[in-house]
Amino acid sequence: MADLALQRGAIQAAEIPSRAKVLAQLRLKDAGFRYLTRTAAIMVLLLLGGVIIALVIGAVPALQAFGINFLFEQRWNPVTEKFGALAPIYGTIVTSLIAMLIAVPIGLMIAMFLTELCPQWLRRPIGTAIELLAGIPSIIYGIWGLFVFAPFLQQTLQPFLIATFGSVPVLSTLFEGPPYGIGVLTASLILAIMVLPFITAISRDVFDAVPPVLKEAAYGMGATTWEVVRYVVLPYARVGVIGGVMLGLGRALGETMAVTFVIGNAHKISASLIAPGTTISATIANEFTEAVGDLYTSSLIALGLILFLITFIVLAIARYLLLRIERRIG
Amino acid sequence: MAIAKSSSLYSSRRRRNAIAMGLSLAATLFGLGWLVLILGVLLYEGVSGLSLQVFTEMTPPPGSTGGLLNPIVGSLIMTTIAVLIGTPIGILAGTYMAEYGRYDKLTSVVRFINDILLSAPSIVIGLFIYEVVVTPMGHFSGWAGALSLAVIVIPVVVRTTEDMLTLVPNPLREAATALGMPRAYVIQRVCYRAAQAGMITGVLLAVARISGETAPLLFTALNNQFWSTNLNAPMASLPAVIFQFALSPYKDWQALAWTGALIITFTVLALSIGARALASASKRS
Repeated sequence: MADLALQRGAIQAAEIPSRAKVLAQLRLKDAGFRYLTRTAAIMVLLLLGGVIIALVIGAVPALQAFGINFLFEQRWNPVTEKFGALAPIYGTIVTSLIAMLIAVPIGLMIAMFLTELCPQWLRRPIGTAIELLAGIPSIIYGIWGLFVFAPFLQQTLQPFLIATFGSVPVLSTLFEGPPYGIGVLTASLILAIMVLPFITAISRDVFDAVPPVLKEAAYGMGATTWEVVRYVVLPYARVGVIGGVMLGLGRALGETMAVTFVIGNAHKISASLIAPGTTISATIANEFTEAVGDLYTSSLIALGLILFLITFIVLAIARYLLLRIERRIG
Repeated sequence: MAIAKSSSLYSSRRRRNAIAMGLSLAATLFGLGWLVLILGVLLYEGVSGLSLQVFTEMTPPPGSTGGLLNPIVGSLIMTTIAVLIGTPIGILAGTYMAEYGRYDKLTSVVRFINDILLSAPSIVIGLFIYEVVVTPMGHFSGWAGALSLAVIVIPVVVRTTEDMLTLVPNPLREAATALGMPRAYVIQRVCYRAAQAGMITGVLLAVARISGETAPLLFTALNNQFWSTNLNAPMASLPAVIFQFALSPYKDWQALAWTGALIITFTVLALSIGARALASASKRS
């Protein structure tokens, strides 16, 4: 009996520290895992910080050499090593703005179709098909634009624009010069197709989030579908739509491969929309591997820094607006 | 008189509505038209060049025949490494945001920054890796290419992991905790399992996203005309070869570029349709 008791005591004595040990081990693992996930989350922040710091360091030689004038000079001469970013900045902004002018109304129209008009069973397939447009890699748009779309525009739209507006005073300068096929307008049209799915998807989501009661009340008063969308859905979803538009704009500004194929890569600013031009990303993609000399490389990195800052601001505004509407819904 | 007026108002409203509806239908057909047009041209131009040769032979010098074996292998290697590096970091970061620090200040900052990284121009990521990997190493390399793709994978995985873990119902966590499971085990054994399908969807979407990426590879992995699996040397990739061949003046190179484009597009579309199917299947169950 005493033996047994003794034994049991021994077992207990052996068990208690091991239980404590296991618990301590678990606590350690728990803390370790928590620490690991936190480190990974902080790494995402460091990633963005790293991108900015690396670009700034890379851009220093160019910014020292040209100062603030880098932003306002149009010259881009690798031989004399004089660089200015005005032409690519201008090209980036103009192509993106034209793309948005085309894509925003069409995207909103598709969103209206999907939320108000489309039969229920067709909504998912059509929505998915439009979203698949967003999944096609940009190099595919590029090769398609170069071999199919640009020749098509050269033979149809561009001669038409030149013939129609050639004699109109102000508009004639917009469509001046021979129809090359490639150029600012072609790049803008391809960008429009590329950002269309982003705008459509977000507009559809915010349209869907409009409380049905509001729409039903309007319908109940005899409003037509168009009036419901125009006077009830759009005002309610305004902030979200603007957020989606900014998100699309961010995409358009940074888009590289598709634009590189079709814009023509000419470092000059011309008023004509059918003339070749360049954008920041197209310039970097075309010239970076061939750039000789530190100043040339550094100028290209400085271009990248400018692009990153512009898109950062646009995307930050987009996220802020979308966050606001998410809070209202949630 | 009043009736006539109101009926004219009525008909003008109806007319306006009909125009708007017609336009929205036209816009939808317009959007779908591009998809059909692009895929149609790709099939038309690419299928004729599709043969076994494409998958068994190296990229040719201009004027002779060849295939796309080395860029296909290069793309596979770099994509695999990018996923292997990016996925764990992304899942861990997403785990912190959804599980440990759901209401933290840090989480909302990381979410904001992550969303910006998600749509940041990929060419800037290429410049970043050029600065921090290529310049110190002194040469272009497959590693640099894989790392730049990994940087693109991370935000996609972070986003889906956080979203999917947030959807896991709290009673599951409470039940596991009540049984005495430590937090790390609750997450690994219960939450991960509940969110599995969604998290795999995220990884598939990330693979779809990077398999067509060209811009960040141009000055990190560069390109390679020859067979090479050496990650310390420049490495060929399908998108970079398409870029080079499409802009060349040689007809047979352009034909190969179309074939490559066809392969990439259908890989990407298959991946994203697969990811969608998986996501909706898991939602139903």
